[in-house]
Amino acid sequence: MAGADVTIAAGTRTAGERRLRPYLLFIWPALIVSSAVIIFPWIFTVWMSLNDWHIGSKQTFIGLDNYVNLMTNRRFLESIGHTIYFTILAVILPMVLGTVSALVFHKKFRGRGFFRTLFIMPMMATPVAVSLIWTMMFHPQLGVLNYLLSLVGLPPSQWVYAPGTVIPSLILVEIWLWTPFVMIIVLGGLASLPTEPYEAALIDGASQWQMFWKITYPLVAPFLVVALIMRTIDALKVFETIWVISNGGPGTASEVLNVYLYAQAFAYNQVGTASAVVVVFFGIIVALSLVLLWARQKAKWA
Amino acid sequence: MSSRSITRRRALQGAAVLGGLAAPMLNTVTAYSQSGAFNWQRFKGQQVEVLMETGPRADLMKKYQKEFLDQTGIKLGIEVIPEQQARQKVAIELNSGKPSFDLFNFAFHVQKRQFEKGGWLLEITDWLKDPQMMPAEYELGDISKLGMSFATTSDGKVNALPILCDYFMVYYNKELFAKKGVAFPKTLDEMMTAAAALNDPAAGISGFVGRGVRNANVVLWTQLLSGWGQETVAGKPLKLITDTPDAIASAAYYKKLLSSYGPAGIAGFNWNEAQGLFMQGKAAMWIDATGFAAPVEDKTKSRVVGKVGYGLPPSGPKGHGSVTFGTGMAIPKASARKEAAYYTMLWMTGRTMAGRMLQVGGGIPFRTNPLKDPAVLSSLTVPREWAECAAGCAPISMPGLPVIVPVTEFRDVIGTALTNLLGGADPATEMKRATAEFQPVLDKSEQS
Repeated sequence: MAGADVTIAAGTRTAGERRLRPYLLFIWPALIVSSAVIIFPWIFTVWMSLNDWHIGSKQTFIGLDNYVNLMTNRRFLESIGHTIYFTILAVILPMVLGTVSALVFHKKFRGRGFFRTLFIMPMMATPVAVSLIWTMMFHPQLGVLNYLLSLVGLPPSQWVYAPGTVIPSLILVEIWLWTPFVMIIVLGGLASLPTEPYEAALIDGASQWQMFWKITYPLVAPFLVVALIMRTIDALKVFETIWVISNGGPGTASEVLNVYLYAQAFAYNQVGTASAVVVVFFGIIVALSLVLLWARQKAKWA
Repeated sequence: MSSRSITRRRALQGAAVLGGLAAPMLNTVTAYSQSGAFNWQRFKGQQVEVLMETGPRADLMKKYQKEFLDQTGIKLGIEVIPEQQARQKVAIELNSGKPSFDLFNFAFHVQKRQFEKGGWLLEITDWLKDPQMMPAEYELGDISKLGMSFATTSDGKVNALPILCDYFMVYYNKELFAKKGVAFPKTLDEMMTAAAALNDPAAGISGFVGRGVRNANVVLWTQLLSGWGQETVAGKPLKLITDTPDAIASAAYYKKLLSSYGPAGIAGFNWNEAQGLFMQGKAAMWIDATGFAAPVEDKTKSRVVGKVGYGLPPSGPKGHGSVTFGTGMAIPKASARKEAAYYTMLWMTGRTMAGRMLQVGGGIPFRTNPLKDPAVLSSLTVPREWAECAAGCAPISMPGLPVIVPVTEFRDVIGTALTNLLGGADPATEMKRATAEFQPVLDKSEQS
């Protein structure tokens, strides 16, 4: 009997393999393409980061020197700080405002479709065009924002033209641009919720807040986590808005990792240093994504 | 087998015959070429790819490329992309060895050293001396010494031709000056006093406006530094001299002028913000490059048309200069159509196009004849005062940036220090810190 079992198992395995074999060929195109456009460049970047490599002169292998230099580079360390500061604000504020606006737009009222469309508009514009318009609005003398402040009797602000206010001002653009994105995801989550728990809660005399906190929030939590992951990765990778509006300035006050990286690679032609920054940056993004994915698992089980 | 061997033999015979015939023919061609004069039609039928930076220069070349085609039979493909992107594209493509262009324009003060070190540019020293490659109408001798020195490598080879130069000058609002009864300043001290008198924050008027933003601000500072008779690097091997007492004094002047009498937020101002404020009539003085006369005098964009004065940069306690930036054109060594590209370069950097560029206020040629030519001056679209001021800048012109490879990083590091000054930092501390930060980068680039 045992012998017969083994034969059957072996038989099915070979049959399975035989059925699978022709399909294995189909893996190749994808494998080749992803090796060529993802895996090879990635390995090459790591290799470049181990070299002293400047466009226009010969490269020399220097081991981990690029990384050692980065660890003591004031500008690099500051840019990590700016990235964290920027990411925290650019994630939390659109998340909160997006969720609130999703709750508002989930309610039925007159003109809801119209206002919803209006609200989603910023997301459809290209970030570069949007940034150019904001740059004009931020101008301390000729911009409309200071004019609006003067109308309500507030003193003018220097917005992106002063080190202290530049990142909060950039966050303003991020909020305007990405709140609708969070709203759409959360709105989708709200639409999929069952109505029965709310009916039951109403019968039991629950308040609006209790219904939100005990029913809505736990049920949309998985959607919130999806929005959180995407927003965090986007915020870490921010480039266009900062590059166009403040170019990392004044001084280096809004220089995030991506802007620093761009300067190293394309303005100073320091390919080796830039590659090392990429590797560090990649490490940070992977680590953060893992944390967020873990949080997502938790949200699923909850 | 046999037929193939016959073919080969016959082929060899044929080649020998052809060679015998060709040798004297070749001789006649060379003989002709040595005796012949310059002929614009010599390379007709070829197509030359040109890469240019966005600006009036590229617009002008595009406008007249049909004329060039008729004159030479050379067809041009002109690609125009913004300055920053063009710089990167040129560096990366030249480095790759297979550039997509046969001719390109670039800024000497940004990329000259880099290209020289890479050995990427075609040397044209001999062509310039060859009467068949250099027409008399080009007026090679009229190109200024500074221009030719920009186009010549450190070991004396010419590998580019200068096209335009930009001096720094003072743009001032005559109306605001008259209202406060202030005279145009001749010295830096007078400029500070004038800026203080003209500054009127309550009316939204700034006494002075200029570049405060990192990187771009360095050239405004080197303009002020010229008043102390100093540049940014000296010696061999090159050492930074950006932390000398004079450098610190000029940085302190920069800080006071911009932060006391400049508009709020000047730390983020590049030339375009400064230009915007000046054209709105909200700034009394603005120091920047010559190229801005055209927009300032454009009725559709500017509110100060006809009220603008153009003056020489004020002199300082130890010197008087106008920082100058040059752009030129060059041919990559790897180009397959070098001769046709060279002809195109002659046309683009030549006397006629230089005059046209001057007329539209697009820039000043590295030549003196167009600046004196009544035919050119009579159809200027910008005030004559501007052209006179530019002519006055020429004798006091001096390089505004060091000729080094990592010039962008130099501008970023020193520029950050200058921006920090506008935020209240101490000039001596900042200049010393920035100098210490950049010196190792300079040392490394000079070694390799």
